[in-house]
Amino acid sequence: MKTVLPFIAVVILVLLPLFGVTVAHQTQIFFGVVVPYTAVAVFVFGFIYRILQWGKSPVPFCIPTTCGQQKSLPWIKQDKLENPVTTMQVVGRMLLEVLVFRSLFRNMKTEMKEGKAVYGSEKLLWLAGLAFHWSFLFIFVRHYRFFVQDVPTAIQLMEGMDSFFQIGAPLFYMTDAVILGAVTFLLVRRVYLPQIRYISLAADFFPLFLILAIAISGILMRYFFKTHIVAVKQLAIGLVSLNPTIPEGIGAIFYVHLFLICVLLMYFPFSKLMHMGGVFLSPTRNMANDSRIVRYINPWNYPVHVHTYEEYEDDFREKMKKAGLPVEKE
Amino acid sequence: MAKLPKPEELLQINYNPPPTEDWMDRPVELKQGNFCWGAKGKNLAAVEFPNARDWTPVEADWKLPKDWEGTVLEAMADRLSKYRSFKVFMDICVRCGACADKCHFFIGGGDPKNMPVLRAELMRSVYRKYFTTAGKYLGKLAGARELDLNVLKEWWYYFYQCTECRRCSVFCPYGIDTAEITLMAREFTNLLGLNTDWISGPVANCYMKGNHLGLEPHAIMNSIEGMIDDIETITGIRINPSFNRKGAEILFVTPSGDLFADPGTFTAMGYMMLFHELGIDYTWSTYASEGGNFGFFTSNEMAKRLNAKIYAEAKRLGVKYIIGGECGHMWRVLNQYMDTWNGPADFMEVPKSPITGTVFDNAASTKMIHVTEFTADLIKNNKIKLDPSRNDDLVITYHDSCNTARGMGLLEEPRYIINSVCNKFHEMPDNTIRERTFCCGSGTGLNASENMEIRMRGGYPRANAVKFVRDKHGVNMLANICAIDRATLSASMDYWVPGVRVTGVHELVANALIMTGEKERETNLRGEPLPGKGGNE
Amino acid sequence: MYNTGKIIAGLVVFFILATLPFLLNLGKANAKIEPSIDTPEINAMPKKHCVEPKAFMRSEHMQLLNNWRDQVVRNGNRIYVGSDGNEYPISLQNTCMKCHANKKKFCDKCHNYMAVKPYCWGCHIAPKENEA
Repeated sequence: MKTVLPFIAVVILVLLPLFGVTVAHQTQIFFGVVVPYTAVAVFVFGFIYRILQWGKSPVPFCIPTTCGQQKSLPWIKQDKLENPVTTMQVVGRMLLEVLVFRSLFRNMKTEMKEGKAVYGSEKLLWLAGLAFHWSFLFIFVRHYRFFVQDVPTAIQLMEGMDSFFQIGAPLFYMTDAVILGAVTFLLVRRVYLPQIRYISLAADFFPLFLILAIAISGILMRYFFKTHIVAVKQLAIGLVSLNPTIPEGIGAIFYVHLFLICVLLMYFPFSKLMHMGGVFLSPTRNMANDSRIVRYINPWNYPVHVHTYEEYEDDFREKMKKAGLPVEKE
Repeated sequence: MAKLPKPEELLQINYNPPPTEDWMDRPVELKQGNFCWGAKGKNLAAVEFPNARDWTPVEADWKLPKDWEGTVLEAMADRLSKYRSFKVFMDICVRCGACADKCHFFIGGGDPKNMPVLRAELMRSVYRKYFTTAGKYLGKLAGARELDLNVLKEWWYYFYQCTECRRCSVFCPYGIDTAEITLMAREFTNLLGLNTDWISGPVANCYMKGNHLGLEPHAIMNSIEGMIDDIETITGIRINPSFNRKGAEILFVTPSGDLFADPGTFTAMGYMMLFHELGIDYTWSTYASEGGNFGFFTSNEMAKRLNAKIYAEAKRLGVKYIIGGECGHMWRVLNQYMDTWNGPADFMEVPKSPITGTVFDNAASTKMIHVTEFTADLIKNNKIKLDPSRNDDLVITYHDSCNTARGMGLLEEPRYIINSVCNKFHEMPDNTIRERTFCCGSGTGLNASENMEIRMRGGYPRANAVKFVRDKHGVNMLANICAIDRATLSASMDYWVPGVRVTGVHELVANALIMTGEKERETNLRGEPLPGKGGNE
Repeated sequence: MYNTGKIIAGLVVFFILATLPFLLNLGKANAKIEPSIDTPEINAMPKKHCVEPKAFMRSEHMQLLNNWRDQVVRNGNRIYVGSDGNEYPISLQNTCMKCHANKKKFCDKCHNYMAVKPYCWGCHIAPKENEA
């Protein structure tokens, strides 16, 4: 159920534009203009909306998860990146987290061996996660050659790096292989590892299938079912210069690729994919462990009913006096 | 009470959940030995909690208030608007599974709902149903389910099987901290009167009498008198601590467990011997006679109500600053919550050691330092005379408390002290100490006796690591800086690693401490012959 | 607390990054990209044709040229039979560039637009521009 339904959903999402543009030519306007504009708007404003919704709730307490030595006595070396006290140290910690997945790198695997629990190294999830996210980013940025008329040198350099081995024509991109491998790994472990399968939801399989379909459609378009690439760029520039056009000669495969990306964009703000923004708002990571140094303020802190010393003394005055304890009232 | 199975029976663990089962389809089963008795009505009433009545978890009828679902959902909406952590953690989990095998209860038990991710999903599934569009319409397909009695019982069972140790949070790529979710679940259950006896009793005691154990002022003094007698027997020195004394420089606050039961009492004797030798101007308080805070396992408000006493008493007595004893969750609260709740503590001064002159800038605002910070500074500055060989019969390893490790980062101070007062120290494997330390298995008010099975299961990963160093280095003493540890690790060691005992760090300090004018010591604080003094070596 | 400033700053950065393609193209017209076949050699052809049909050449020329190189360099085969049955000498200089003698207005036109850098001219010498 939770695996099959998302798969079927993605198949339908592939077939929609495929049949659409093949059977009824006019739907190109829909798939090439209406959907992309909608998707970008939903993504950008949906993302901002979600962050603002989170931001509306305050962080009442200073709750960093400390993963190293605190700052205390001057001769004890503080672990600045794992237990930050200054903003710069927090920035350092966050950079490690966001750029190289520091916490995931700690991962290990617990097994029962010879009647006791042992903890083995387990870096594959970290590696696959890193490979997936970085290749995705690389591919995303690389696509700027479709959105800028005079492609900046930096983008051209990235292309050069990505196709460094000059295999085939058009040149083979390494990131294409990396993202396919990484997503496949993430998918396979979700199905294959009993613990991960047990915790997985349909919402975990859907984005994996979707991203896999996006990658495959892109790869097919580049190497196998080539399309009129100049016309594709004309369409892309038309969109981003707010002057949409539907040039002739673009194959259906392009509309499939584009449509799947649009679905991903629209799905993004309302799904777990929001971890992209959420990681920056995680109080256990983005706070300094300085709550003994400066007072942290809770905006909704309110007075509470306490049992005062006076009430306590009233309860125990005789016993206190007998025991020789000083009292406020005789 | 359920009979506790043998260790080898408990270790029949399968980490692989059933391949085809959907966790939502598995109804909750309250297994004897895995949960605590229900709260008593009088203890809930003592702190003005709702639905105060006696109740029994194993009975079908939990005597819930009318429209309890509405109460919970309303509270959920309220906490979502108050805690960004709760809100963000409800939304951003990708279920990567990195946390799955990091929880001590899962490692020691294999119950899939003890995987941190699934523990959180117990809450998230309800959140999705009532607070997200997809969950509302797609239901189970979107991982959503309705709040019903089965769900509530599941919450109660599993969120009182989480010790808020934060180990999962260390491994989560987004820092999702199950403790934050457990804190909320406990808020919600407390709105329905669903606390445990072992938590609500100490809370009521602490509120009315100043400490969890319910020691009244004279009982505290009696207990300490007893320790003073023992100290005199061992060292020949009569020390004379003061109580509720106005004008003292320092207020000393420690968990009440250290005043009551071995081996915590030896740690308390250690503090007093050290302070006496230094001649510092400090006082105990019978009103603020509890550093620990079982309110923290109840609700934010209750935690604040109990914690308020510390600053209030410091202000009344007019002390300059506060030293806190060895305790785990106490320090989570003191480090991350106290000043926010009950500060500012501007009536005190930045702590300054009267012996070394060291100014503790790291406590510039709270005005409260950890006793190991204080002692490490003394030793570094050569202000106390030590004879580590008095601890030579001990081969020691050190257990980081969850809260001082992951909610503070107090890692080196106690190690420095141990290495200064003992000659034989061995670390447990890297995966089991410092920020990766394992819970004792009985934190957050789980240290009752009716839930011994889950305690031993949760304590297994720690014990397993102790066993490793016992077998490798002959370790026979497990040092720690937590009163709950001292109480619960003793049981867990007896069960899993017989022969290893448990000690506080300041017991080791006091054994090694050469006091001015002391007689030649024959025994350690436990009354056992010192190495070379037993006549049998 | 709320970290309002930081969140707003982060969202501004997000907004700029997410809409960067739009911002970069503000007020810019979409360039017309039409490779020119206006050379004396092509103009002189009675029926204009390439080695393969136009649509095929447009999307597959890179693969064709890659094959041609392999044919010549690895197999020593210098004759290509087109799908129309005609034989063509396999040669970038003497077949392709003989007609398309206007590299700048033909090859470079799309390649520059798409930021493609074919490595033909790493070995071959580009012919002198010759247009009508």
